[in-house]
Amino acid sequence: MPKATFSIWRGNGSAGQFVDYETEVSDGMVVLDAIHQIQAEKANDLACRWNCKAGKCGSCSAEVNGMPKLMCMTRLNDLPLEKPITVEPMKSFPLIKDLITDVSWNYRVKKKIKKFNPRPPDKADGTWLISQADIDRVQEFRKCIECFLCQDVCHVLREHTLHEEFIGPRALVYVAALEMHPLDTENRNKDLKKAHGIGYCNITKCCTNVCPEEITITDNAIIPLKERVVDELYDPVTRFIRLFSNQESK
Amino acid sequence: MGEYQTYQHDVLVIGSGGAGLRAAIEASSHGVSVGLVCKSMLGKAHTVMAEGGIAAALGNVDNRDNWKVHFSDTMRGGQYINNWRMAELHAKESPERVRELEAWGAAFDRTKDGRILQRNFGGHKYPRLAHVGDRTGLEMIRTLQDHGIHQGMEVYMEYTITRLLKNENRVIGAVAYTRDRGRFVIFKAKAVIMASGGLGKAYKITSNSWDCTGDGHALAYEAGAQLLDMEFVQFHPTGMVWPPSVKGILVTEGVRGEGGILLNNEGRRFMFDEIPDNYKSQTADNPEEGWRYTQGDKSARRPPELLTRDHAARCIVKEIKEGRGSPHGGVLLDISWIKEKLPNSVEHIKRKLPSMYHQFKQLADIDITQEKMEVGPTTHYVMGGIRVNADTQMSTLPGLFACGECAAGINGANRLGGNSLSDLLVLGKRAGEYAANFANENESGVINLDYIDRVTKEALKPFERAQGMATAEGPYQIQNDLQELMQDYVGIVRNEDEMRAALVGIKKLWKRINNVSVDGNREFNPGWHTALDLSNLLTVSEAITLSALERKESRGAHFREDYPEKTESFGKINIVIQKDDDGNMQVKYDPIPQMPDDLIKIIEEMK
Ligand SMILES: Cc1cc2nc3c(=O)[nH]c(=O)nc-3n(C[C@H](O)[C@H](O)[C@H](O)COP(=O)(O)OP(=O)(O)OC[C@H]3O[C@@H](n4cnc5c(N)ncnc54)[C@H](O)[C@@H]3O)c2cc1C
Ligand code: SF4
Ligand code: SF4
Ligand code: FES
Repeated sequence: MPKATFSIWRGNGSAGQFVDYETEVSDGMVVLDAIHQIQAEKANDLACRWNCKAGKCGSCSAEVNGMPKLMCMTRLNDLPLEKPITVEPMKSFPLIKDLITDVSWNYRVKKKIKKFNPRPPDKADGTWLISQADIDRVQEFRKCIECFLCQDVCHVLREHTLHEEFIGPRALVYVAALEMHPLDTENRNKDLKKAHGIGYCNITKCCTNVCPEEITITDNAIIPLKERVVDELYDPVTRFIRLFSNQESK
Repeated sequence: MGEYQTYQHDVLVIGSGGAGLRAAIEASSHGVSVGLVCKSMLGKAHTVMAEGGIAAALGNVDNRDNWKVHFSDTMRGGQYINNWRMAELHAKESPERVRELEAWGAAFDRTKDGRILQRNFGGHKYPRLAHVGDRTGLEMIRTLQDHGIHQGMEVYMEYTITRLLKNENRVIGAVAYTRDRGRFVIFKAKAVIMASGGLGKAYKITSNSWDCTGDGHALAYEAGAQLLDMEFVQFHPTGMVWPPSVKGILVTEGVRGEGGILLNNEGRRFMFDEIPDNYKSQTADNPEEGWRYTQGDKSARRPPELLTRDHAARCIVKEIKEGRGSPHGGVLLDISWIKEKLPNSVEHIKRKLPSMYHQFKQLADIDITQEKMEVGPTTHYVMGGIRVNADTQMSTLPGLFACGECAAGINGANRLGGNSLSDLLVLGKRAGEYAANFANENESGVINLDYIDRVTKEALKPFERAQGMATAEGPYQIQNDLQELMQDYVGIVRNEDEMRAALVGIKKLWKRINNVSVDGNREFNPGWHTALDLSNLLTVSEAITLSALERKESRGAHFREDYPEKTESFGKINIVIQKDDDGNMQVKYDPIPQMPDDLIKIIEEMK
């Protein structure tokens, strides 16, 4: 069977380096299979996360040849196997060990977002009537598997480490899912502007490009949220001009 | 004596799948302090992978549906050895639990008039599964997670429980290690809820994740609780078979619910060949009727592809064994044929089965809107588990509750698709409520630190054995050997000789795990984690095999070629596993309590 070399980051928060491992590759293998094989054959203590092996749980995020990927959905036959394949942990979060980072910040951020708050039920039996079209709109955002790859590439977090000021694309997708939920009545615009720092996003779309669920993060979630914030929170004059120019362009 | 970080809660919930989360939410709502522990991260438990839907007799799509029909479907599917009280509570309470999910933000697919849409699934008489495309599990776990984090519970992610702690005969807490640093910690609690999920990792080909090593089953057994119905392991008829690296990954029954058909290599729909007597009156007798059923024609009966999983899996095995299988040792599952029926079939399939489309496209280079899939049976679910009281979910050990896949009773000999997610909600809620009550009525116990010293020392032994020692070996080979043993000898088709051989093999493996050694240190070390899971896997494998040997008949998911018929006497008992005073695994029969007349009447009426 043909072999390939994987250059895998080994180390913890204080020290580490890339270590090369050679392993056999077979039909249909994905990067996670190679990691597991290496783990079983040569490096029992190589740390990586995984659960579903089918792109559904968002556990196995890493950077493969520099690209943020789910290891379980990255086929080896899509990679240039004549060179070593590098596999390293995400960069926006503190390293724990090898391919594993401490992503707990994402969970803390989520908790700060105002929770779902539905309107009273439409019917006496406590149920609501909702059209499929309305559901479709939020389902795009609810597809998110919390792999945090978008958080990994967003330069506001990765390069500028503004984790205290900015909640990042994943959390903005979550806010969008709540704000556009047909039943939700909460208003999160003030938070978006201040606590969530939506203004830091300068629409580079890097997040959208890496999302394994193909959520159009920037166009469908972040930009509409930015518009809501502008509509509600900017001073009346700006708002007036905006309305006016919108009208003109129509 | 070691120093251990100690956390104290009224109720400790082990596992953050659907069952654990629902239980934790309920317990919190009763005002007690709740700790929720999980060995993987929050929102990543196995529940996230569920595809098809949640079974609940809402009657939104077919108003003939109600709890009585759901109840009798569940009992028929379980071949009448289910705990009827659980099946009754489950059928009655699941609609309310599903509506509650909507109130917490779940966005289910809709009917034309705006209500929750329901789909067909094997063994359910009417369209009953509330769903979100084919990613219902994600919707469910995320809804519970996002609601749960605001209810005041404390979440401990990537902590693995290794032992339950007892005082006299009452469970009072648990020992865990943190996966990141490998530190041992103590959880003290007045009540403990086990919600640790399944044990699919005891088999080679499985749809289950690394998480599913039967920890809860094994820890409860070790602590002295009874296990029930362990012989019943569900093999799902349709897992992926190619490429090798994805072997076992699930292909949802929803594919068949939407009109997918099973074919052998001769292109024949073999499922029409053999229809069990007790389902004859409910099954279509021609393809056209079957298709109409999947499209919501109320006068049509279900196609044979939607018979129960045990039956479908055996029919598939038969085709493969008799040489009519697909190129990679499965059979063919075809949804693309519906283009003959629906002009917009490509869009329709992508919309109804988005993650299946994605999964095959990315992992197997197959476009399911145009091509047939290759599928074969995969280990999927365990009906057996911790024996609990139907109303309170308390196990035979005071203070220990169990819910979800690790608890037994509701499914009997075979689970219907969709009944797990609803079971997690209904019985998870009950477990949370009764555990909170129990916690309010009891004091916390006294921890025996000597015992903890002993178990932590034991857990560290694999580091002391050097890899170079003649007898030492790594954990992965042992795990693999066990998985092959169970797959080959205690799989879909069983017999006495093979299972005896399995017991001998298991005995040898018990010896081998005493020599297991691991490299590296305690920091996030998967080799060590795997080594610690091995004893749990062996315990549940032994329990499955012993129970399966005892049930000398074929029923539901348990098929014995040496006893191919169902017998009346085994229909009256459950098989129970418990540890005796000498630490040996004991098997016994327990009579099933008499079903009350009103429930018998319902079953008769629905026949
Ligand atoms: C691919 C797939 C599709 C499915 N589709 C459906 C469907 O459509 N409908 C349906 O009804 N059912 C379906 N099922 C079955 C259903 O998903 C499971 O039975 C159910 O999710 C189990 O839930 P649970 O809460 O009991 O356990 P899990 O969701 O398995 O959660 C177990 C939890 O326990 C934790 N845990 C385990 N051991 C320990 C330990 N030692 N220490 C600490 N924590 C521990 C884990 O980390 C995890 O958090 C499907 C299953 C699979 C695999
Ligand atoms: S579009 Fe905004 S959120 Fe996305 S990566 Fe760029 S700056 Fe970050
Ligand atoms: S939005 Fe996409 S990339 Fe970001 S966490 Fe969710 S699934 Fe991952
Ligand atoms: S293992 Fe679940 S997404 Fe990769």
